Amino acid sequence: MEHTLTSRAPVADLPRPEKNYLNATTGIWSWMTTVDHKRIGVMYLVGVLSAFFIGGVFALLVRLSLLSPTHTLFGKQWITAEMYNRLFTLHGAVMVFLFIIPSVPASLANFVLPLMLGAKDVAFPRLNLASFYLWVIGAVMAVTSMITGAVDTGWTFYTPYSTTTEGSVTLMIMAVFVLGFSSIFTGINFVATTHKLRAPGMGWFDLPLFIWGIYATAIIQVLATPVLGITLALLAMERVFNIGIFDPKIGGDPVLFQHFFWFYSHPAVYIMILPGMAIISELIPTFSKKTMFGYRAVAYSSVSLALLSFIVWGHHMFVAGQSQLATVVFSALTFLVAIPSGVKMFNWLGTMYKGNISLETPMCYAISFLLLFAIGGLTGIFLGALSVDIHLTDTYFVVAHFHYVMMGGTVIAFFGGVHYWWPKITGRMYNENWGRFACALIFIGFNVTFLTQFVMGSLGMPRRYFNYLPIYHPYHVVSTIGSWIIGLGFATMAAYLLASLRKPMDAPDNPWGGTTLEWTTSSPPTEHNFEDQPVLQKAPYDYRPEPVAK
Amino acid sequence: MEWLRSAMLPPQGSAFAGEVDTLYMALFWLSVVLFIGIAFPAIYFAWRYRFKPGRVTPHQTHNTMLEIIWTVIPLLLCVGIFFWGLDGWMKYAVAPGESMQIQISAKKWIWQFEYPDGTRTANEIHVLINKPVQFVMTSEDVLHDFFVPDMRVKHDIVPGRYTQVWFTPTVHGEHHVTCAEYCGKGHSDMQAKLFVDTREEFDKFMLTGGTEWEDYKMKPADWGKIQYERKGCKTCHSIDGSKTAQGGPSWKGIWGKMEEMNDGKQVLVDEAYVRESMLQPQAKIVKGYEPIMPTFQGLLRETEIQGLMAFIKSLGNDPNGGPPAPTVLTLPPPPAKPGTAAAPGQTAPATQPK
Amino acid sequence: MSTSTIDLHDSHGPHGHGHADDPHHQHHFTNMQQQFDTSKIGMWLFLATEVLLFGGLFVGFGLMQNRYPQEFIEAHEHLQRPLGALNTVVLLISSFTMVMAVLSAKHSDKKKVVMYLILTILCACIFLGVKYFEYSHKFEEHLLPPRWYHAQPGDTVRDVAGNVSHGYGTFFAFYFMMTGLHGIHILVGIILLSWITVRAHRGEFSKAYYTPVDLIGLYWHLVDLIWIYLFPLYYLIK
Repeated sequence: MEHTLTSRAPVADLPRPEKNYLNATTGIWSWMTTVDHKRIGVMYLVGVLSAFFIGGVFALLVRLSLLSPTHTLFGKQWITAEMYNRLFTLHGAVMVFLFIIPSVPASLANFVLPLMLGAKDVAFPRLNLASFYLWVIGAVMAVTSMITGAVDTGWTFYTPYSTTTEGSVTLMIMAVFVLGFSSIFTGINFVATTHKLRAPGMGWFDLPLFIWGIYATAIIQVLATPVLGITLALLAMERVFNIGIFDPKIGGDPVLFQHFFWFYSHPAVYIMILPGMAIISELIPTFSKKTMFGYRAVAYSSVSLALLSFIVWGHHMFVAGQSQLATVVFSALTFLVAIPSGVKMFNWLGTMYKGNISLETPMCYAISFLLLFAIGGLTGIFLGALSVDIHLTDTYFVVAHFHYVMMGGTVIAFFGGVHYWWPKITGRMYNENWGRFACALIFIGFNVTFLTQFVMGSLGMPRRYFNYLPIYHPYHVVSTIGSWIIGLGFATMAAYLLASLRKPMDAPDNPWGGTTLEWTTSSPPTEHNFEDQPVLQKAPYDYRPEPVAK
Repeated sequence: MEWLRSAMLPPQGSAFAGEVDTLYMALFWLSVVLFIGIAFPAIYFAWRYRFKPGRVTPHQTHNTMLEIIWTVIPLLLCVGIFFWGLDGWMKYAVAPGESMQIQISAKKWIWQFEYPDGTRTANEIHVLINKPVQFVMTSEDVLHDFFVPDMRVKHDIVPGRYTQVWFTPTVHGEHHVTCAEYCGKGHSDMQAKLFVDTREEFDKFMLTGGTEWEDYKMKPADWGKIQYERKGCKTCHSIDGSKTAQGGPSWKGIWGKMEEMNDGKQVLVDEAYVRESMLQPQAKIVKGYEPIMPTFQGLLRETEIQGLMAFIKSLGNDPNGGPPAPTVLTLPPPPAKPGTAAAPGQTAPATQPK
Repeated sequence: MSTSTIDLHDSHGPHGHGHADDPHHQHHFTNMQQQFDTSKIGMWLFLATEVLLFGGLFVGFGLMQNRYPQEFIEAHEHLQRPLGALNTVVLLISSFTMVMAVLSAKHSDKKKVVMYLILTILCACIFLGVKYFEYSHKFEEHLLPPRWYHAQPGDTVRDVAGNVSHGYGTFFAFYFMMTGLHGIHILVGIILLSWITVRAHRGEFSKAYYTPVDLIGLYWHLVDLIWIYLFPLYYLIK
């Protein structure tokens, strides 16, 4: 079937191979014991999308609870404060630990990174499969926790509430512990792969920027996640044995937990955003048909973000009771960490300048990212400024800020990547018109939901609140309606993506005119990616008509 | 632009609020400018450079001068904003020596305030206008947070240690206090009223607990209902007969009942029993309930206790029957001379504030 | 498009290897050397995660020591220094035997590999045995986390009522968590060492392929190194 894509590079496809990675071997056992990074990536994709669905349902329920201050629907009160507290906790925990942290690295990067490097697999394929099974085990434990009492502590598990409340807290903590190891193994794999399995001719500054971003992410995964591990272990010890280090009644310090927790969780948010930015660095050059502006700056900014992310954790604790010196130092360092993100934004815009831009669905997501991440990043400035943060912290302003960067940033970029690599992964094209329509719905719904929350928070609406004063009611109504629009957008996306799977596998090898190595394989690729070892002869993002040899 | 500020921010209730708002609005306008600086090129470029088959794009790999500019300028902006925020924060962080100190003991899910002379109130606080007031706070259980939006102050309350926050209120009247650190089921109900009083109002309040009760002199049950909502009774005791998780007995229909205690004894629910339950709740525990009710000794004035008794009676099976409850609110007798015991059944009377 | 390809493989069957190649050669690596180097990088990265795992506990200990300086000094007198020193020596010996095991593997000396691995396991078991005695002593004397701690003669930091400060129990809370986590790592090490001892006995390791011995050796050295930090911190430093 002919696709009328304006940007498709007119390249003659190689004859489509009979066997690809999807049908090379058959049967569920071949999938359950696979060490093929592509199959593992697909299984992860199904897993994280399921987690996104569950977390999204919780979100819709949270917003529905807040539609009326009396929590009534058709005259009946349908939800209690206890239930609400579980809903927002589970929304956060599922979205952070089951969806967003693994999302890009474990699904998309798993699939694409070896292809981009010209490798046949990741460095440690069996470790890759182990990582997936750890995710599954963590997910099962988390779901079990939800149905055996659930958790009402908030995803941040602050002590002493988390060590004294009822519910299946210890099981959820252990689930997150297991998920942490899944993340660590992925990180180890990607660092080793990037160092050792690059194609001949591919130096560090010939790497696609997606790799730089994933590599920086992997460094954080390896260094930060163990601290989460020990934090959760300590929390479990406190809850089960009352070991005392967080319990003020027996000499412990509840704020110590917060230091431990945020020492991981701040770098964690960079585990979330760096892969998103990495995807944008692929989408913008490809859909602008122009080389990346400031390649080195973008590469260096990824690594510097990874390193800087470790020294700003106290900005989550300006009113928590840390020392005044710590507060001042963390504020100053937080402003430093704003700079590399800004640099990337300008470089992306510089890439679009005088480009040849086509607005297929992935590019719609990329442009959405630019606008939404800009708002997210700028509102971070408000929160870094100490006097203003005192007023805004623990309010809906923070909720809006982190949804803009995590959802408007990472989730948008993630789905941009899903659409970008969809033909490569599945061998099919989705329907472009529906794709752009869903992107618009999600963009509009997102802003309706969260822009109002900045105002609500500035006006003093605290977060994690079940009841609220009447003056906030109109904002909550608008925000809830926005959530329905988002839901509609994602439902549409699910529908057309699933529909595309019923079509024959006729996607071109390189529908978008990309310049990185994954586009030299068939769509979908064969089991071993490359029959012969590719040797890199041109730097990525080189759209000059006469390719200049390296 | 005051209309914009007041649409996005609460009224400026403290001396400190104005400069916080100034920085906020400056950041707001900076964000608007920078957002347009990003969004406009993104959208404009997408249109101006839309795809034309065959067009060749320039191979622009970098521009060192431009990249330096757009790194250094944001850096300088950030440094400036940091110092501006720091300047305001330093005022927030250190209370002046002459501040009136009020102690907060926060507990799931009540605010307990104690004044310099030992007077205590629950879920309401009176402060003097234009005089700095410092709150020294601790928690009896989990983390809480003292947030007064109008004053632009907030700080966590940590069990096992003391934290503090201060401000100088400049706007007379009622302001809102709200807990801003998740603390469980009653987190969003943990509210208090902050009254910024003139000197005369403040002194009168310390002496009599305010004058609002006078409007309800002949309607004690209505006054009781207001206390039921304000003082936190509502969080644990229902008035419709329903059971509250981790709470206490419902008040519906209990007046005049013979209630069974956990040691098997039968006790009549009358004025004396209700008063004891509020002031020494651990003395008798109703069968089937846990001994978790905090004491309200010092937190309820005599008129408030009278109102609550009348209110509970009004929820009885026969509001005109059963043991008597107050029908008129009356102030307690004046304080006993120093050295003599206070009359039984009184809450600690307020002494003259310093 | 942007690449040309060169064929770096010998002619082969569908899976890309199966000639005079080492049976351990995984198909996505060009050669055994690349595979070995990559495996080592992987293990070093894993060791980095272990350092951060224990690092969190070391930091926590330091913060609590700052909070309760006097209590920590007095509490550590209750530790059995000779047993701790014995364990240190035992682990150092085990590191030596581990090094010898790796060397023997490199020289394809199967008998020596098995012998040195068994000696390493033996040392590890002695370590755990000594730990058992130490722990029993703590439980008997109630040298435990704050909830169960019993005051000892010589505990000078008390409150007005005579109750001993929580700092003593906090010391032992960290003692048990850190030595316990370390002990778990020793146990895991014993399991891993046993596994490669079996494989060594089967003749799997030689100059051409001894990666598992090398990698587990690295793990073992880290476990030893962590003890080298733990021992002075708890038993020696005032």
